[in-house]
Amino acid sequence: MIDLLGYGAFFLSTALILGIITLGLNLQWGLTGLFNVGIAGFVAIGAYTSAILTTPETADRIGGFGWPMLAGWAAAMAVTGLAAALTGFATLRLKADYLAITTFGVAVVMQLVALNAQSLTGGPFGVAFIPRPMAGLADTPVAFNFANLAVVIAVTLAVYLALEHLSRSPWGRVLRALREDERAAISLGKSARSYRIQAFAVGGAVMGLGGAVQAHFIGFIAPNNYLPTLTFQIWAMLMVGGSGSNRGALLGTVVVWAIWVGAGAFSSAMVPTDWQARTASLQIVAIGVMLCLILLLRPAGFFGGRRKR
Amino acid sequence: MPPVLEAQNLTKRFGGLTAVQAMSITVAEGEILGLIGPNGAGKTTMFDLLAGSVQPTSGAIRLRGRDVAGQPAHLRLKQGMGRTFQIRAPSPELTLMENMLLSRQDQSGERLWANFTALGRVRAEERSARDKAHEVLDMLLLDRLADEPARVLSGGQRKLLELARVLMADPSVILLDEPAAGVNASLLETIIDRIREINARGVTFLLIEHNIDMVSRLCHRVMVMASGALLCEGSPEEVARDPRVIEAYLGGAG
Repeated sequence: MIDLLGYGAFFLSTALILGIITLGLNLQWGLTGLFNVGIAGFVAIGAYTSAILTTPETADRIGGFGWPMLAGWAAAMAVTGLAAALTGFATLRLKADYLAITTFGVAVVMQLVALNAQSLTGGPFGVAFIPRPMAGLADTPVAFNFANLAVVIAVTLAVYLALEHLSRSPWGRVLRALREDERAAISLGKSARSYRIQAFAVGGAVMGLGGAVQAHFIGFIAPNNYLPTLTFQIWAMLMVGGSGSNRGALLGTVVVWAIWVGAGAFSSAMVPTDWQARTASLQIVAIGVMLCLILLLRPAGFFGGRRKR
Repeated sequence: MPPVLEAQNLTKRFGGLTAVQAMSITVAEGEILGLIGPNGAGKTTMFDLLAGSVQPTSGAIRLRGRDVAGQPAHLRLKQGMGRTFQIRAPSPELTLMENMLLSRQDQSGERLWANFTALGRVRAEERSARDKAHEVLDMLLLDRLADEPARVLSGGQRKLLELARVLMADPSVILLDEPAAGVNASLLETIIDRIREINARGVTFLLIEHNIDMVSRLCHRVMVMASGALLCEGSPEEVARDPRVIEAYLGGAG
């Protein structure tokens, strides 16, 4: 029973960390209409930034800064936000197709850098010994799981409240106006480009924070944590939950993550060991089926399409 | 005191087509000036030039004596000149209130950080903008629809919302592009009344309109354009009697 509770806390922590990343996407896509298909790249930037800054000294790798964890998270947000702002700036008008191609490129480049810049990222071996929150409780797994869950809930709640505040603010109103009718908004003196870059940067910073929290939660990161599958998962989570709604982003994340983990458990329990490498794709199939069902039955997701009146 | 709005020798060519040819116009403080002419006379291009959404090939534009040629439209809005559009509707999925609040200029809440660092000021500005929006919407008979999305409005009500949005920026001169087009008769009376009322508070109007009845009831002075150039100007009565105007409208101008 205690084990089950501990696993529940672990599951929810993992899901909510992904939820932070989905909240970042919701600001970019749900509120502003910016098509980011390079999520994994921005998550990786945040994860590596915080990991490099907070880990103790390691042979053959730049680092040993040993920063406090919270400073690492703040730096992850700043660096990822800056990277997103530069990406937005470079694509000039941030129109859907150009931005999509560019962000995809960013993700591929980031993955290659993580894999090859061995002296910075540890290459294929990744970065280990990332300090974990509440490490003092590590001897009692259940307490450790719940303490970690509390930390994750606190961060998620702070991000959620800040983004809700922003989406209801005059700033968020301008973003919605730009998404609805760009030319009309420009004629009212709103600078489309500046607002798009701001929204993309803030969304990117939130994704970077998610990546950093995830890195510290697991304690170890490697380049293959940041494959396009992650981008696909986050998009599925936002679509299922309802694009445009922060609550939907979080709920969709928990639902999709439950299906992902469930499909994984199913294949490892029911399929002979030598087949499991192949049936791992069942997870992606399960998410795909879920996505199709949602798009057929509730095209706007659980919480989408509900306008504030 | 310089005129509110003044243009000299404005010319606009689109490739080989000269849409506006050496037009000069002076709009005096507090007047309602009408700009009429047959289709294709260049009225809307003239408007776009004055509002800044199209830049002139040559010529000067001065807003209260200040040269604004080359400035984009939204800077002119900040300097007190608002315009409505002949076709463009307000953002249909946003509510009337949101449309109104977006038109308010220089809101500190539209800056990202101010929503965290200067929340008190943001809230106070938002409240006063909301009050102002209710007041303007009420005057234009739209207040009961304030929280509805703009797509529920009829064509005439959209014109009213366009005007309401322009008023949110507290302009001293308003360019109105065909406010009567597609508007039913009773709503048209409302629009005419309200333009008079706003004008009585000191706001200057430049009006493009096909509805001659509306022009002759509202305008103190009328300029007639044909083929991109000024044909004549005078009081509505004088213009209506001018044989060149009749000729132009009956198709002789082509």
